[in-house]
Amino acid sequence: MKALEIRGLSVEIAGKPVLRELNLVVPKGEVHALMGPNGTGKSTLAKVLAGNADYKVTGGSVLLDGEPILGLPPHEIARKGLFLAFQYPMALPGVSIANFIRAALQARSRGTPFSATAYYQDLYKKMDLLQIDRSFTARSVNDGFSGGEKKRCEVLQMLMLEPSYAVLDETDSGLDIDALRIVAEGVNHLRSPERGFLVITHYQRLLNYIVPDVVHVIDGGKIVQSGDKSLALELESTGYQKPVAVS
Amino acid sequence: MNKELQGIDPSVGNFHYDTAYALDAGVGLDEKTVQYISAAKEEAPWLLNFRQKALKVFQSKSLPLHWAPAEIANIDFAKLRYYLAKGGPVSRSWDDVPEDVKRTFERLGVPEKERKYLAGVEAQFDSESAYSRIQENLTKQGVIFVGSTEGLKHFPDIFRPYFGRVIPTDDNLFSALNSAVFSGGSFIYVPPGVKVKQPLQAYFRINAENSGQFERTLIIADEGSEVTYIEGCTAPRFDTTNLHSAVVELIAKKGAKIQYITVQNWSTNVYNLVTKRAVAEEAAEVRWIDCNIGSKLTMKYPGVVLKGRKARGEVLSIALANTGQHQDTGAKMIHVAEETTSNIVAKSISIGKGRSSYRGLVHIPSGLKGCKNNTQCDALLINTESRTDTYPAIRVTGDLASVQHEASVSKVSEDQIFYMQQRGLTEAEAMSLSVNGFVNELVRAFPMEYSIELKRLIDIEMTGAIG
Repeated sequence: MKALEIRGLSVEIAGKPVLRELNLVVPKGEVHALMGPNGTGKSTLAKVLAGNADYKVTGGSVLLDGEPILGLPPHEIARKGLFLAFQYPMALPGVSIANFIRAALQARSRGTPFSATAYYQDLYKKMDLLQIDRSFTARSVNDGFSGGEKKRCEVLQMLMLEPSYAVLDETDSGLDIDALRIVAEGVNHLRSPERGFLVITHYQRLLNYIVPDVVHVIDGGKIVQSGDKSLALELESTGYQKPVAVS
Repeated sequence: MNKELQGIDPSVGNFHYDTAYALDAGVGLDEKTVQYISAAKEEAPWLLNFRQKALKVFQSKSLPLHWAPAEIANIDFAKLRYYLAKGGPVSRSWDDVPEDVKRTFERLGVPEKERKYLAGVEAQFDSESAYSRIQENLTKQGVIFVGSTEGLKHFPDIFRPYFGRVIPTDDNLFSALNSAVFSGGSFIYVPPGVKVKQPLQAYFRINAENSGQFERTLIIADEGSEVTYIEGCTAPRFDTTNLHSAVVELIAKKGAKIQYITVQNWSTNVYNLVTKRAVAEEAAEVRWIDCNIGSKLTMKYPGVVLKGRKARGEVLSIALANTGQHQDTGAKMIHVAEETTSNIVAKSISIGKGRSSYRGLVHIPSGLKGCKNNTQCDALLINTESRTDTYPAIRVTGDLASVQHEASVSKVSEDQIFYMQQRGLTEAEAMSLSVNGFVNELVRAFPMEYSIELKRLIDIEMTGAIG
């Protein structure tokens, strides 16, 4: 199956269950939103998908186009085409954006010739799309960046690496409306039948710009409701407090 | 490069070919060792006398255990071999170099680099130079680039007045040891106004087990001249101890510029205890670029005596200590004239159980006007077992000088590594990128070929650190 499939995933942190037999399938070509209150396991799910070893998986499986990825080191999962836009991107002092993205691209295509000219052409084109100043290429990754700059830098990396599946972890948090629009434009630019997205967000407003095919609500470590984009609007007016029927 | 060598990384020195030595001073150090070395080199009586006095100084001193890393007590001077050579003259053509020695240097990429971008090369194999050559146009301009034996034998008028003057025999235990048994190293003279555009390189190779290498280098840059000298060092990894203890003296006369670059990649059984010092006369500039990647223990604090008005001294250093290594490095700036300036930037990286220490000395006596020093030392720790120490000593008397000292310690966190891995980099690649980012600003000051070599050495170290 051409999808990101999460089957019965259970995860613990320090002996406490955070995800409980969570099921979620994002078929290629679709955009799924994952919404829910804070502390319900959204970010944990994102990190587990990316292979972070700090979490203990106690059950279930994750398949990327049918291939199991749980237990693989993070770089292998990344090279298989899964991209995570971090909620809190790390600063890398001394590592320039241009060098970092180039290192990431070269790590995936060892042995094939690399054209610096083509690389910079592509990089500049995508920076223009995200309205990132050219001077950014020489700046250290996320070092001293504002919240908006960090998120644009995440989306720039996503545009350059062209993943098959992208998980965006609260990419809208801390953004003003202009920045939100630019970031959304970057995501929409990549939308294609060849790509799946899981957009994690606390607020509905991002979904005005990135219109999802399916909306899921997570609570207590599992999906409690799924529906079309109107579900997001419904949550916006009623809030997460309202008990929702399990679908 | 020939076919057999393709795919071999020239920066990795852990290999060795069997070699027969015609000259061997045997094991241990006494009066006879010194006589043997001096006789093998057919030295003038004053040099034998110099060595004999130095031996007495060495025997009268003890290890500086009150401040030095305790590991130096593990060196067993009685078990080392002090002089090993194949005999015969120094070759001016690689075709004349004995086959086993030539293969070693080819594998290390030396002849290839010489063809590409070097003005001259000296290749030392254990105690003696195997090869030494300088471009003809430089010889015509009066530039001298020879080994120490040749320098003292054929150009005594030029070198003898400065020999042992910057670093006297009794400076420390290891300068005394070197003065007693020195062999090899480079003697360079650049005449007034001559600017040597391409670097001169010396390549130091230890090949024999349980041996010591004691090269002696003396560089004199006459008024208004310029020269860049580069040394590379490797050895195969033995289970037993090798000792490398050099003395390097630089003289930069009025308005001269000397840049001295070291890329030290000794194997991890080598004790690397080196004394390096320069004298900078009026408006002269001396810059030490010192990269220490290898060795078991390195103790090295390149210094500049700022003797003339407006002289400038600089030390840019990078030390990388992996598990089992201790890099005890630093810098000394001795201001003895007015309006002299010095700059020290030291970056250290400690990985696993590796240990790095910075030891600095800045001396500005009272009454000297317009002296400035800037010292910056930054440490990067990769994982929690690493340790780093800073021992800065700033002796400034009087209030006419401007001194700045900044120090920082940072860590590469697991979150940073995970972030980079998520972009497709392996753990080793991620660490390597962090380390390169940490030293990046400093490396930009290096000649390009050496920044590339340094980056490759860091990559290899990080791959090894992951295991």
